[in-house]
Amino acid sequence: MSDIAIRVEHLSKQYRLGQQAAPYETFREALIATASAPIRWLRGERQEKNTFWALDDVSFDIKHGEAVGIIGRNGAGKSTLLKILSSITAPTRGRVELFGRVGSLLEVGTGFHPELTGRENIFLNGAILGMSRAEITRKFDEIVDFAEVEQFLDTPVKFYSSGMYVRLAFAVAAHLEPEILVVDEVLAVGDIQFQKKCLGKMDDVAHQGRTVLFVSHNLGSIAQLCLQSIWLHHGKIMSIGNTQEILTKYVDSLDSSSGYPDISFSEDPKKEVQLRRARLLNTNESVKDKYQCDEPIIIDLEILVRKTVPALYGYLEVCRLDGTKVMVSDSCDITPNHMDNLKTGDHTIQITIPPRTLAAGQYSIYLNFSSIAGQKFNVDSPGTILRFSLDDMTSQRGNSRAGFFSALLEWKVTPSQKNE
Amino acid sequence: MNPSTITVVPHKIIKPPVGWQAINLREVWRFRELLYFFAWRDIKVRYRQTVLGAAWAILQPLFTMILFSVIFGSFAKLPSEGIPYPVFTYAALLPWQLFATALNSASNSLISNQNLISKVYFPRLIVPFSSILAGLVDFGIAFIVLLGLMAYYRLIPTLAVLALPLLLILAVATALAVGLWLSALNVRYRDIRYVVPFLTQFWMYATPVAYSVSIVPEKWRWLYSLNPMTGVVEGFRWALLGRASLDLPYILFSTAIVFILLVNGLFYFKRMEATFADLI
Repeated sequence: MSDIAIRVEHLSKQYRLGQQAAPYETFREALIATASAPIRWLRGERQEKNTFWALDDVSFDIKHGEAVGIIGRNGAGKSTLLKILSSITAPTRGRVELFGRVGSLLEVGTGFHPELTGRENIFLNGAILGMSRAEITRKFDEIVDFAEVEQFLDTPVKFYSSGMYVRLAFAVAAHLEPEILVVDEVLAVGDIQFQKKCLGKMDDVAHQGRTVLFVSHNLGSIAQLCLQSIWLHHGKIMSIGNTQEILTKYVDSLDSSSGYPDISFSEDPKKEVQLRRARLLNTNESVKDKYQCDEPIIIDLEILVRKTVPALYGYLEVCRLDGTKVMVSDSCDITPNHMDNLKTGDHTIQITIPPRTLAAGQYSIYLNFSSIAGQKFNVDSPGTILRFSLDDMTSQRGNSRAGFFSALLEWKVTPSQKNE
Repeated sequence: MNPSTITVVPHKIIKPPVGWQAINLREVWRFRELLYFFAWRDIKVRYRQTVLGAAWAILQPLFTMILFSVIFGSFAKLPSEGIPYPVFTYAALLPWQLFATALNSASNSLISNQNLISKVYFPRLIVPFSSILAGLVDFGIAFIVLLGLMAYYRLIPTLAVLALPLLLILAVATALAVGLWLSALNVRYRDIRYVVPFLTQFWMYATPVAYSVSIVPEKWRWLYSLNPMTGVVEGFRWALLGRASLDLPYILFSTAIVFILLVNGLFYFKRMEATFADLI
């Protein structure tokens, strides 16, 4: 048996511009276009080619048992690559050789039907993901256990909380046993506890000698799961190899190419809750990307709420450049959650990291909004968007101090009782 | 990996599709459980949260029959070849409704499963196939009422009843042949969604559901009989009620048309398949 699991050679995929925005023409337009084609041809007008390459001459090999992360900004071609590997869409050029059954998880709960019960959806979703009925029956108890939904098995999933929904959906997918598992950004939903459980499950999968291909905006998860990574940029491979090295390069590139520590986003009317601008400020409200350990770091977010979303919450991670999560914060951490049922309109959110919290070094901030009510709402998940550096100028060891924290601890000395 | 376990690793090559693709029915067969699950889902969901549930499968043809019996049977006094008009029209409504439902759901099947198509791989042919399966269950339920009607009017079917499965296959094949074309076109041109109800209505008047073939002028009979559903509907009357006016050559000819349409529908569908996820 060859040790190659996936071989991709000169893979390219061309899309027509606007194909995703206005996917179908009307019959009338097509008729008119066909009828007027000879006239246009006589006039010497040629059809303009509004095309772009979502993937452009991509080649790589992945060995059996490797977990490989795919990183890159929006529109880099990550999802297109996964769709081709899962046979959902066909490439325009090039070829892929797959040695093993491919199971893909591009979205949690694909094919779940709200009217069907949890039990029924396990079977339906399992079949959609390519499991046989016998296989599902065999793993049924394990799936239910993993999802922690025993009591609600015979309730239609439309009555589920979004947490339960996601848990059940992931549980089914996690019990797929393909030789090659392709996963796209599915961990952005669900609570942290469960995300950890899922990541653990995927780690198991990789350790069982199966191949995992994993796309995420959360660099921490990639660092945790994948030894190797592929960095895609505008449809091309920028870099491929050791995850730590690639993440460092990737985060560096973000630094030079975007407005860190001040980034604005264009309007997206489809999003019910959208991040408009994110900045890092000091106490004088001026934008900064270099801080001293002795000053607070203020993360300032401007969000636009187009529609009130129940149980909306924000989540952020402060990560080192190698992806290590140093700190996590959730708007639900302290009750009440001020983002819950936020009224429509513009809002400013400020999160302050107190002075002497983090150690000197470089950090990125990963940001995500979500709702317990889950997939019914289109809520922005901006991903890794901000970056800053911290210098420790005042303490004795300064920047050479190792560790994750910069809190200065007092060494309190008092005479012992024994002296008496 | 443990050397004692020799596993056959499936090997797959993904390449850009060039020209017409072979129809991989073996793959569809491998996914037959999914076919069953989709049909099962459609049936379960259709009548969930309805008060009357599966009774709708009976009520629809029953009320249409009553309506037709009053208007065409009593008011217009259309000939029904000596058979009580209610049975005469109900025996035709059964295959007709099967066909119309199947055609409608097959045509819209890809669109109504667009979320799946853009996120998961499976042979896309499963989708229109399964949508037709769900219609067969309704047919089965409504068929029981027909047996009741026949018992009421003391009509005893002859051995011709054995031809029913063949006629059923012809009805389904016709729906599938047209449905495959329309479902694939529907992905690209959403106009199809509006064409389908119009098409089925038009088609129903071109099929002897409410009337007998005998009222069609002799010289147009040949053209009329090219409609495969004419064969199916008259075939049902013949198989169940023992009376009909149709010629076997016409049925065979329209069957051949259906077969041709079905085969090129399959190829067209297969050709468009690769672009479904991008266009839908």
